[in-house]
Amino acid sequence: MRFIFKTDYRQDIKLARHGGHVFWYGALLLLLLAAPWLFAEYYLAQLTFILIYSIAGLGLMLLAGFTGLFSLGHAAFLGVGAYTQAVMTNAGVPFPIALACAAGLSAAVGLVVGLPALRVKGIYLGIATLAFGFIVEEVFARWESVTGGNAGIHIKAPEMFGWKLDSAEAFYFLCLVIAIGSTLAILNLLRSPTGRAFVAIRDSEISAQSMGIHLARYKTLSFALSAALAGIAGALYAHKMQFISPEQFSLLQSIELLLMIVVGGLGSVHGAFLGAIFLISMPQAIALVKDYLPTFVGQAPGLQGVVFGLVLIAFVLFEPLGLYGRWLKIRTYLQTFPFYRKGMFKRQKSFQKSDRLK
Amino acid sequence: MQLLQLVISGIAQGCIYGLIALGFVLIYKATETVSFAQGELMMLGAFGGLACMTLLGFPFWLAILSSIAGMALFGVLLERLVIRPILGQPAFSIVMLTIGVGYTARGLITMIPGIGTETHTLPVPYKDMIWKVGGEASGQGALILNVEQMVVIGSTAVLCLILFALFKYSKLGIAMQAASQNQLAAYYMGIPVKRLNGLVWGLAAAVAAIAGLLLAPITFVHANMGFIGLKAFPAAVVGGFGSLPGAIVGGLIIGIVESLAGFYAPDGIKDIAAYVVVLIVLMVKPNGLFGEKLRKKV
Repeated sequence: MRFIFKTDYRQDIKLARHGGHVFWYGALLLLLLAAPWLFAEYYLAQLTFILIYSIAGLGLMLLAGFTGLFSLGHAAFLGVGAYTQAVMTNAGVPFPIALACAAGLSAAVGLVVGLPALRVKGIYLGIATLAFGFIVEEVFARWESVTGGNAGIHIKAPEMFGWKLDSAEAFYFLCLVIAIGSTLAILNLLRSPTGRAFVAIRDSEISAQSMGIHLARYKTLSFALSAALAGIAGALYAHKMQFISPEQFSLLQSIELLLMIVVGGLGSVHGAFLGAIFLISMPQAIALVKDYLPTFVGQAPGLQGVVFGLVLIAFVLFEPLGLYGRWLKIRTYLQTFPFYRKGMFKRQKSFQKSDRLK
Repeated sequence: MQLLQLVISGIAQGCIYGLIALGFVLIYKATETVSFAQGELMMLGAFGGLACMTLLGFPFWLAILSSIAGMALFGVLLERLVIRPILGQPAFSIVMLTIGVGYTARGLITMIPGIGTETHTLPVPYKDMIWKVGGEASGQGALILNVEQMVVIGSTAVLCLILFALFKYSKLGIAMQAASQNQLAAYYMGIPVKRLNGLVWGLAAAVAAIAGLLLAPITFVHANMGFIGLKAFPAAVVGGFGSLPGAIVGGLIIGIVESLAGFYAPDGIKDIAAYVVVLIVLMVKPNGLFGEKLRKKV
């Protein structure tokens, strides 16, 4: 068991609380840096996807996990980023500028979507983002002069300052740098007054408002930041896939993003990464065990949907804190051995927080 | 004449949206949660009817009634097993839970060998019948009424009357209204709120099954027919999420707009017309047409 003696107020907001953090995250960083030499090309590609999805997950986590607004149209932001990047890169714009534009345009679209969020909340907001997602998908499919319509669009390899990143390793490092950058940005944001305001809005809008938090400004800001991260992820996704078409940014993609953060653990930065690992490795795991199942189960086209659905149900019912919550429990068990009590993480039975007005 | 024709087919489609939206609203009023599995329940209902008619060889009416009853039972069980344990958790968890239920239901149906991935027609007695109203004897300029669509409109009207009577006159319906206004107070008055919630889920599932059985002759029965549920959300929102008549009216509005947009507007607008309407309504009247505007007190 580790006891942290606080001698300074700055300790409260330190990113690394103690030596253990520094050691383990340092080790993880070394492992990630050495990954191109340790793993085969296929696994490196999967790792790149995990990083890309984590960036999108961080954005959605900021919105859903920390601000308490949930979006059923997040794939649309991903798509806006991806298409911006595709169009600009193909026009010969260097990578950093294109990426900034992708993030900026996504953020601008996020601002627009965030505007109804000021007036509507809860389920209405969910429907508004859902509707928005459908409309954007249709725009991608119909605006053929720019997006190539349903036929999709190819995208060239990223290029900056005369340096072409066309190898898998180079692109992996690019994703790694951006993922680490976004994580640090989110961590910093969350310990700043803005981040605290987001969390306050999540916990109670009314009390946040009475503490002097401008709801409209912070909600729109949250939408914009979240959309910007999704846009960055979309841009990287476009480069990784080298080909994008509207159906990659459909409602199913939005739901997969939500599934990712719920499984990872709503309201934790770790959750975005754990969820991304889950989302990418699950189809692989299914493919592995497929051969050992009876034919009518193993070869059925709906198998993946069933597994995703059941996993989602199981997590909401039994582990609402997600994979990260499970890890916290295991860690607490080990740290306090043998004093772990069953009720330590028990969910409080509370009266439903009602949105009703009478 | 053409306009009338379009409006009528829009109304028929709108009735389906309205019925699914009715399920959303019933569940929302009772448990303050939103079920994303409603479209899939509709799909299960249609498959249930299909199984009763083709596999078990039931006569038409028996098949219809047994699939509705079966879905009602399924709804009650679903509430008991999956929804009740997490009531009181944030609405977000329940939304994710019902998305999971929908995924699982759709996946399981496609896993049935030979049946799940195919599209089927539901053998109803009124298949492909049309009525001609007015016009010349040769049929020129007549209003052609598709019996399938008329059945949809008629059944929806009857169902609405039944539901209206249920909520207005029966003890059960009044208890449901009380519980939806204030669960705690209703509980103190001796109303078994938990059991009522189960019944509401059963009712919503039964309404979804009816929608599925009505829709089946017009489109086909297939595993992805549940996606139509996503267009019922705009219907529920346009009507105001907490209002039963609003759900039907919202459905009709969405249906008619969609039908007219499909004819008069350029390609592709039809698919997103419902969502454009809902965004406009949310901008102009955030609580929907029939929603009440109240401010939450601390």
